[in-house]
Amino acid sequence: MADWSASGESPEYLFWVGCAGSFDDRQKKVTRAFCEILQKVGITFAVLGKEEACTGDPARRAGNEFLFQMQANANVQVLNMYGVKKIITTCPHCFNTLKNEYPALGGNYEVIHHSQLLATLIQEGKIKSNGTSEEIAYHDSCYLGRANGVYEAPREIILGLQKELKELKSCKTNGLCCGAGGAQVFKEPEAGAIDMQVRRANEIVESGAKKVAIGCPFCMVMLQDGLNKTGKEKEIQLIDLAELVQQTM
Amino acid sequence: MITWVSSIIFIALLLSMGQRIVKRFKLIAQTIHLTQPLYIQDHPKERLNRMMRLAFGQQKMFDKPLVALFHLFIYLGFILINIKVLEIIIDGIFGTHRIFASILGSFYPFLINFFEILSGLVFVACIFFFIRRALLPIKRFQHPDLNGFPRKDAFTILGIEMILMLALWTMNACDALLQQAGNEHYPLVGQFIISQNFIPLFTHFSIETIHLIERIAWWFHITGILSFALYVTYSKHLHIFFAFPATYFSNLSKYGTMQSMPSVEFEVKNMLGLPTDPNFTPNPNQKFGAKDVFDLHIKNALDAYSCTECGRCTEQCPANNSGRKLSPRKIMMATRDRLEDVGKVLEQNKGNWVDDGKALLNDYISGEELRACTTCQACLQACPIELNPLDIILQMRRFQIMELSDAPNEWNLMFNNLETNQAPWKFNPNDRLNWATEQ
Ligand code: SF4
Ligand code: SF4
Repeated sequence: MADWSASGESPEYLFWVGCAGSFDDRQKKVTRAFCEILQKVGITFAVLGKEEACTGDPARRAGNEFLFQMQANANVQVLNMYGVKKIITTCPHCFNTLKNEYPALGGNYEVIHHSQLLATLIQEGKIKSNGTSEEIAYHDSCYLGRANGVYEAPREIILGLQKELKELKSCKTNGLCCGAGGAQVFKEPEAGAIDMQVRRANEIVESGAKKVAIGCPFCMVMLQDGLNKTGKEKEIQLIDLAELVQQTM
Repeated sequence: MITWVSSIIFIALLLSMGQRIVKRFKLIAQTIHLTQPLYIQDHPKERLNRMMRLAFGQQKMFDKPLVALFHLFIYLGFILINIKVLEIIIDGIFGTHRIFASILGSFYPFLINFFEILSGLVFVACIFFFIRRALLPIKRFQHPDLNGFPRKDAFTILGIEMILMLALWTMNACDALLQQAGNEHYPLVGQFIISQNFIPLFTHFSIETIHLIERIAWWFHITGILSFALYVTYSKHLHIFFAFPATYFSNLSKYGTMQSMPSVEFEVKNMLGLPTDPNFTPNPNQKFGAKDVFDLHIKNALDAYSCTECGRCTEQCPANNSGRKLSPRKIMMATRDRLEDVGKVLEQNKGNWVDDGKALLNDYISGEELRACTTCQACLQACPIELNPLDIILQMRRFQIMELSDAPNEWNLMFNNLETNQAPWKFNPNDRLNWATEQ
């Protein structure tokens, strides 16, 4: 972003990469896939790089409002300094916090999740599918679905790529949580009968789906773990919506 | 003479029950007002709309159409039969009988027939709910959340409603026989659609006995209704009143949005040298987060009193479903239990709060429960009137972390990483862009 700023131009989007997108090995692939798509369709974007800090979502949901406010206010400072207007992100948690919680701190941006942009690009014919037809299930993330009502965009992507959409038993408003949210992913679960990710993985296994599309780095981590624990990791593939699109381009 | 005495007894009954009911509502209102106030004046139209949709129109109930229909019968019965109760009260005070018959004329039998049909539907609905709750394998009803009073409460309500309907029909059946016998105290309004089927049960009695039965049923019915009204204030049935303010004062932002804490925002902005809200005056005794109901918001209290313990939230809760201790329904019930216990203390101390050494945190809701929540919002989505257990959980988590520094070790590490590396993991912030050059 600093380079754009120095050149006096402004990109269309600020791509908020997020901590998982920057540091998690699996999610880094998603980040790269998404950038590749943006470049191919000619959408200009910038990233904050070292100037990006965690949105503060995990701190806030764990109960540490101080830490959240520290992170969030600093981020709002940076974003406002660059005059950012449109933000795109591949993480529903970043999406939710930037979109719904930053305005109260003076950070007002148009924030979209990558699934929304990809769905629009497909609809506009800017992305064309040349992939094969196959059955894809979609796992609804809580912070994309229930928290923000984004249920259709991910499905439009799958259908737009001429794939068959398979609905899991718990889907849309009834989507079953992977167990990561509320900062759970950063600690051991409380005592219980079964890991939440295993429960979700079991449902995926029962559905017979072989490929499951996901739009959240934390769902990705949790469900991969869930599948590993059910021993079905070889038979069922988890794929981010961006990767799904990139593979067919 | 007799009417004069019975009028006095009736007025005494009415006054004493009325006074007890008013006292209960006053106590509940006083308890609710011990929580933190909210000043909500925005979006009146949207709020009204929401209230009409969720509370009055019961829109979300219709996700399960059959259940919603039966629920609607009971609800309509509850509201409309009050017109009949008004007549009973006037009759009771003035010693008249079916006072509305003379006013409404030929419309009167039509009205009573309508009430009888409604009462029939209520009766059928109660049987349906009784069977569903007692016999069908529905997890949320067999759930340990309901052990003890809550389960008994649900059956008691259904039982009382059915008995009241039976009393109404007995009354009307005997009434018809008394009309036939030419008792001039009983205006000729005819037989009614449901109670006429009960007439054969009474025909072999003497007219005095029928009169006695009619009177007993009449007194039983009105005493039952008044006692029920009092009982409701102790029961989950209070949702019939509180669902309205609870939906009106809902948080209108999206499910997953957490509210800012002005005190923390003020402090942090000061620290970072950012401009602060000039209208905000920090309170040096400010507590962060909620330890007890006094720290929660009034909306949380309204929610607790509106919860009908249906368990739709818990049924959908991924934490509960995977055997965690957390149950969003129990969060609501525990909050209400605490409010009720606070009310008891108020009652014993002439309306003053005296610390009873207990708090919502730990005595009613454990840290383990709070910590199991994934903030997935399935509970809000599932609740017919969108009550918000998650908001209570998150406010209590804030207290745990900011006041008690009570966090699992991994969370403390995560906090440290955020402070030093601006990421929840231990990565060097200078490596943030490495993804772009790696393959
Ligand atoms: S938000 Fe928390 S309490 Fe509500 S359903 Fe999800 S895990 Fe359960
Ligand atoms: S919070 Fe709502 S869904 Fe949960 S038990 Fe109460 S009324 Fe039912």
